[in-house]
Amino acid sequence: MTGSRRPLWSTITLAAVLAVLAPIALVGLGAISPSGDAWGQLWAGPLPGMLWSTLSLLVLVGGGALMVGTSLAWLVTAYDFPGRRVFTWALMLPLAMPAYVLGFVFLAVFDFAGPVQTALRSVFGFDVWFPDVSSIGGAALVMTFTLYPYVYILARSAFREQTPATYESARMLGDSRFVALRRVVLPMARPTLAAGVALVIMETLTDFATVQYFNVQTVSVGVYQVWRGMFDRETAVELAALVLLIAILVLGLERLFRGSAKFFQRGAPREIERVTLRGRRSALAIGACGGVLAFAIVLPIAQLLVWMFTSTGTVGDIGRAFEYLSNSLGLAVAAAVGAVVVAVLVAAGSRFSGSGLVRKAAHLVTAGYAVPGPVVAIGVLVIVSWLSGAMGRNPTGLVLLSLTGLVYAYVVRFMALAYGAVDASLEKITPATVDAAHTLGATPSRVMRQIHFPMAGAGAAAGAVLVTIDVLKELPIVLLIRPFGFTTASIWVWELASESRWSSAAVPALLIVVAAMIPIVIYLRRERRDSVILSDPPLVGAGARR
Amino acid sequence: MKPVRFPVQFRSGQPVDTISLVSGKIRQPLTVEGVSKRFADEAVLHDVDLVVSEGSSVTLLGPSGCGKTTLLRVIAGLERPDNGAVSLGDRVLTGSGRFVSPERRRIGMVFQDWALFPHLNVYENVAYGLARNGGQVDRPVEEALEMVGLSGFGKRMPSTLSGGEQQRVAIARAIAPRPDAILLDEPFSNLDAALRATIRSETRALLRELEMTTIFVTHDQGEAFVLGDEVAVMKEGVIHQQATPDILYSSPSDPWVAAFVGEANLLDGEAAGEVATTILGQIPLANPAHGPHQILLRPEQISLRPGDAGQVKDVEFYGHDCSYVVDVSGTPITVRSLAAPVFTSGDQVSLEYSGAAAVAYPAS
Repeated sequence: MTGSRRPLWSTITLAAVLAVLAPIALVGLGAISPSGDAWGQLWAGPLPGMLWSTLSLLVLVGGGALMVGTSLAWLVTAYDFPGRRVFTWALMLPLAMPAYVLGFVFLAVFDFAGPVQTALRSVFGFDVWFPDVSSIGGAALVMTFTLYPYVYILARSAFREQTPATYESARMLGDSRFVALRRVVLPMARPTLAAGVALVIMETLTDFATVQYFNVQTVSVGVYQVWRGMFDRETAVELAALVLLIAILVLGLERLFRGSAKFFQRGAPREIERVTLRGRRSALAIGACGGVLAFAIVLPIAQLLVWMFTSTGTVGDIGRAFEYLSNSLGLAVAAAVGAVVVAVLVAAGSRFSGSGLVRKAAHLVTAGYAVPGPVVAIGVLVIVSWLSGAMGRNPTGLVLLSLTGLVYAYVVRFMALAYGAVDASLEKITPATVDAAHTLGATPSRVMRQIHFPMAGAGAAAGAVLVTIDVLKELPIVLLIRPFGFTTASIWVWELASESRWSSAAVPALLIVVAAMIPIVIYLRRERRDSVILSDPPLVGAGARR
Repeated sequence: MKPVRFPVQFRSGQPVDTISLVSGKIRQPLTVEGVSKRFADEAVLHDVDLVVSEGSSVTLLGPSGCGKTTLLRVIAGLERPDNGAVSLGDRVLTGSGRFVSPERRRIGMVFQDWALFPHLNVYENVAYGLARNGGQVDRPVEEALEMVGLSGFGKRMPSTLSGGEQQRVAIARAIAPRPDAILLDEPFSNLDAALRATIRSETRALLRELEMTTIFVTHDQGEAFVLGDEVAVMKEGVIHQQATPDILYSSPSDPWVAAFVGEANLLDGEAAGEVATTILGQIPLANPAHGPHQILLRPEQISLRPGDAGQVKDVEFYGHDCSYVVDVSGTPITVRSLAAPVFTSGDQVSLEYSGAAAVAYPAS
């Protein structure tokens, strides 16, 4: 850090941070100063049921993702079976499948009128029993299988980072593989697993689109219905505050489970010795991995492809598809550019400020990522409605204002992706470099233009791609904020699916899934490269054979 | 630096505790026969034989990558060899279709990075291997901690301990379940030099006192000689020689071992029965031989006096001794002397062999 303090840059940085935090703070204020009227009505009415549904869903999805993600991660880490290497990366792919897509495919296939139940009835008669898929259980199942990769990826990295000697010590002291897993490997991975489950729960809390397919009334659904259906701003803010409160509780619990433990380990990471499974056990392992993949991504994509080729789409549909897709893309690019510009401003500005406090405050811009989408959206809507009141009733102005608000909300929500990437790139600029530029007579703005912008380039590009794709598949925020008559690809999928027009929804749904694959493939390529360096023996072997 | 506490305690004996830990168990000899192991296209172990008699210790010595750690892991059951057998007493652990999983072998292991369980405190770490026996836990844990001089450390977390303390916890953890044998993989390499020598000799004393069948792995020749009743020298997956340190040093089985376990002058000479003729004159041979040979002369077996046989090229003074390099008609010869240097570079000297009968290797 340069010795000199630059108040101008401190001000710019802090202003940007405040702007990003404002919508969340507004909703937070709603929690601090609750309005008695709204709460009384809510408590007497739907709120207890909503809270119960929300908590049940969070526990079911969090627990389900923990079990599925952790067991699959251990399976591919500790055992060897045919296809293990392919499964190792393929099991991350369901991350590309939005719950609102898997949800409608699941319902279309398994609901009363779907092919499965129809076939069962034709074989076993009309009163054959089948669980009610259009329920909280169905919603939890779908969300578990779209969100488990968060736990899977983190658990796997935790297992890989543990030095195998720790695990081997447990074996030498008399533990079987399973007991060593329970007594040593899992307790050591606990902080990471807690973080993974917290991510899953945040995503579950954000969703109010998928659960509506399943007639599940969560608090987030309440926020949406109160705002869109009743235009009751006050109640919507109170409900959003409740969602924020739940999010804070979850993060608090995560801290609790993480404990003070940051387990320090000596020695280089090396994967533990895998046991080769044979016969029935090997078939079971393949079945477990294959079954998860089939349910979460292969069969749904196959079903979407079948619908795509058999659908009787009209010319109007194609025209609209084009319009909605360009809406999505325009929005995504605008949000990505906005996020990257603010990220560079904050990341570089906080470095120029010369103040350690400003530097710490700068990291607060990432807070939006830990805040459920509806909270951000309601906060932005409150600001938008103030401004529209000030502007008067100009229709074009209102549309523009809403669209700007939408981009703003996305910048707030996804800032962490851009900031993380940019900040990491800027870390490579040593203070001495900046000092050298200053001693050569460069002003801070010139240093930023000539050193920080070019250095941030790679990070900014990666961050922009991540933001673009997350916005493309995002649904709750755009549903809440969009101006009347503005539709994106994700909204279109959701609307068609809500009307059970499965086959029409197939094409946009597939496009979204394909777009969401891009960052995962990038991540996988990077991981593959790193794992070769990290002396993953099988991969090194494969490299040598090529 | 922190004072090293544990020597005091276990050097002072504590015979009662020690006996209770040792009691009831007859130490087992450890046998490795014909073990081979390949990774991908590379043979890491090639037909390895190794015997550790009951209650004694053997050091596996070799350059890094020679396969010594792999051999240790095969004995531990952490790797499966392609061929060969491992047995402890009359119990076959690996071989003839049997493979006893590591948790059933009753072999303790101390890893290079100690591998303490970071989420458990010292007491829980040491108790880890005892819990399953259903019997007493407290007493053996306290005994083990006492033996390594860490009584009262039970509640500490591993991350709050110094390197030396962590190392001793690792040893206590390995001996607490009273294993039939114990394996130590470069256990002192993560300690700084001052601490290493102390902890090394204390660990050896402790394991001797417990009469544990022990294998150390190291790449450091000095350490190997201090730790092992016997030393097995390994290179490229083959054990070249297993012998006591003094035999290894005086009668290495081949020139490579000779040079690896100490400084060696290998002089060309013509053997004729009990003597060989070299540029240093007639050298007595330990075993009669004929024809061209390489004769092993250790630097301390040669002494210098003023003369005209060669010229001093280099002198290094280490305090407790000094070493000369002398050029004798083009051949550099290393000489070690237990005194301050009396010659300097450029001096003309004569060399005299004063050792016992030397070892000769047929010239290749």
